Amino acid sequence: MSDADDAVTDAGFDDWLDAAEDGAAYYLECPDDHTALPPRRVCPDCGATDLEELALPDTGEIRTFTVTHVPTPAFEEDAPYATAVVDFGPVSLTGQVVGIDVEDVETGLEVELEIATSETTGERVIGLRPA
Amino acid sequence: MSDVRVAGTGLTPFGNSPERTSRDLFAEASIAAFEDSGVPREDVEGVFYGNFMGELSEHQGHQGPLMAEAAGVQAPATRYESACASSGTAVREAVTRIRNGENDVLLVGGAERMTNLGTAGATEALAIAADDLWEVRAGVTFPGAYALMARAYFDEFGGEHEDLAHIAVKNHENALSNEKAQYQSAIEVSDALEAPPVSEPLGLYDACPISDGASALVLTSESYAAEHDLEAPVAITGTGQGGDRMALHDREYLARSPAAREAGAEAYADAGVSAGDVDLAEVHDCFTIAEVLALEALDLEPIGEGISAARDGRTTADGETPINLSGGLKAKGHPVGATGASQIAEVTDLLAGEHPNSDHVADATTGVAHNAGGTVASATVHVLEVME
Repeated sequence: MSDADDAVTDAGFDDWLDAAEDGAAYYLECPDDHTALPPRRVCPDCGATDLEELALPDTGEIRTFTVTHVPTPAFEEDAPYATAVVDFGPVSLTGQVVGIDVEDVETGLEVELEIATSETTGERVIGLRPA
Repeated sequence: MSDVRVAGTGLTPFGNSPERTSRDLFAEASIAAFEDSGVPREDVEGVFYGNFMGELSEHQGHQGPLMAEAAGVQAPATRYESACASSGTAVREAVTRIRNGENDVLLVGGAERMTNLGTAGATEALAIAADDLWEVRAGVTFPGAYALMARAYFDEFGGEHEDLAHIAVKNHENALSNEKAQYQSAIEVSDALEAPPVSEPLGLYDACPISDGASALVLTSESYAAEHDLEAPVAITGTGQGGDRMALHDREYLARSPAAREAGAEAYADAGVSAGDVDLAEVHDCFTIAEVLALEALDLEPIGEGISAARDGRTTADGETPINLSGGLKAKGHPVGATGASQIAEVTDLLAGEHPNSDHVADATTGVAHNAGGTVASATVHVLEVME
């Protein structure tokens, strides 16, 4: 974290990052098996409010990716970096591919979650490391 | 459903004017729209205004009444925000209000001031159209999101960067005669292919520019236009809107735009037309790949085939269905909140024979305007037809 460990967090999201750092990332599932990411009180597909936290599978597969050369100021010193949409099975999520040269990233690559840190801001970033 | 006449259109030049406030930009567009319409300001019953990043670029919220004041209109005013589809949604709400018989005359439009933020600042501001927690914090930019879709398209349907380059070449060509366009300069396919990468596989020439500008429309009921003998031959005959999950990763298909398909189907049914009736369209080409996805969503191209439309000449100025004769967002510019209403202005002028590119579509009677927000979690589609 940056200098502000007492900064106001985003409930649900920062809790998820904490869990992911402990190897306990999760997704939400409703009684009709629709899946989603937190923070969420209501199933976006059917409106069910009985959402259960289930363990996110350990690995996922890159569905698509891009290498960004023109970043927002928050990632100025991180560029160029690869961002990927990864299918973990029950849910997909977006993160930065770490631990591999950006030229070697490809669709179909198997990756696992690793909470990384922005070189620019020191903030936590969802990272994806080749499994 | 009764139709809604486009009595007047007004646009500022789109481009680089960092010192101009959005209130000044909208004032200029509204003056042009009122002059074009012949409608007196005192007849306006409401202002429907689109704007996306006013808080970030000008430290200005609550822009509705500010813009009514700038336009010299004494009427209630509301700002609509749906990212890049902000004024598309404003048009749709105004059309609905007039059709319901609640109003006869409305001022509709939008404005955006962006270039004062610089490239990094504007990139940051545009990014907030994505999911902040799950996309922006992972480094997704607006070009990055469309690059994710472009690669997914190539993987699913084929195609390559050179196909996209043909779209940029076409839209620059179309803008040559549009004096309001940000870029009145021809480019070659090689220029696009050799341009620096922004977010691979997209390069500088795949992206619309950062723009300042405003658009305004005077919309009236059929009965008001008839009673006041307005010269308003073009009407909005169909309106549709679609929605989707906010984050790209939450969608089943990464290379399709179901929200635009939904909006298009609704607008076509509303107007009683089909895709085959469409003579021309202005579609939301914020990036070259976005034009491909729009054509397919609107059934102007089969799924997986839109990628070759510009290269093979189907969508060029003298093709079967010319797309973005204004130059599109790519060359005309994309002052975000102004874009949706500006597309209605361009289609109206093209159909009325008042556009520099009208000669390419002399017999056209039906046009479409497609406006999209974010990675198309919001979309509006309007059908316009020549009535007389």
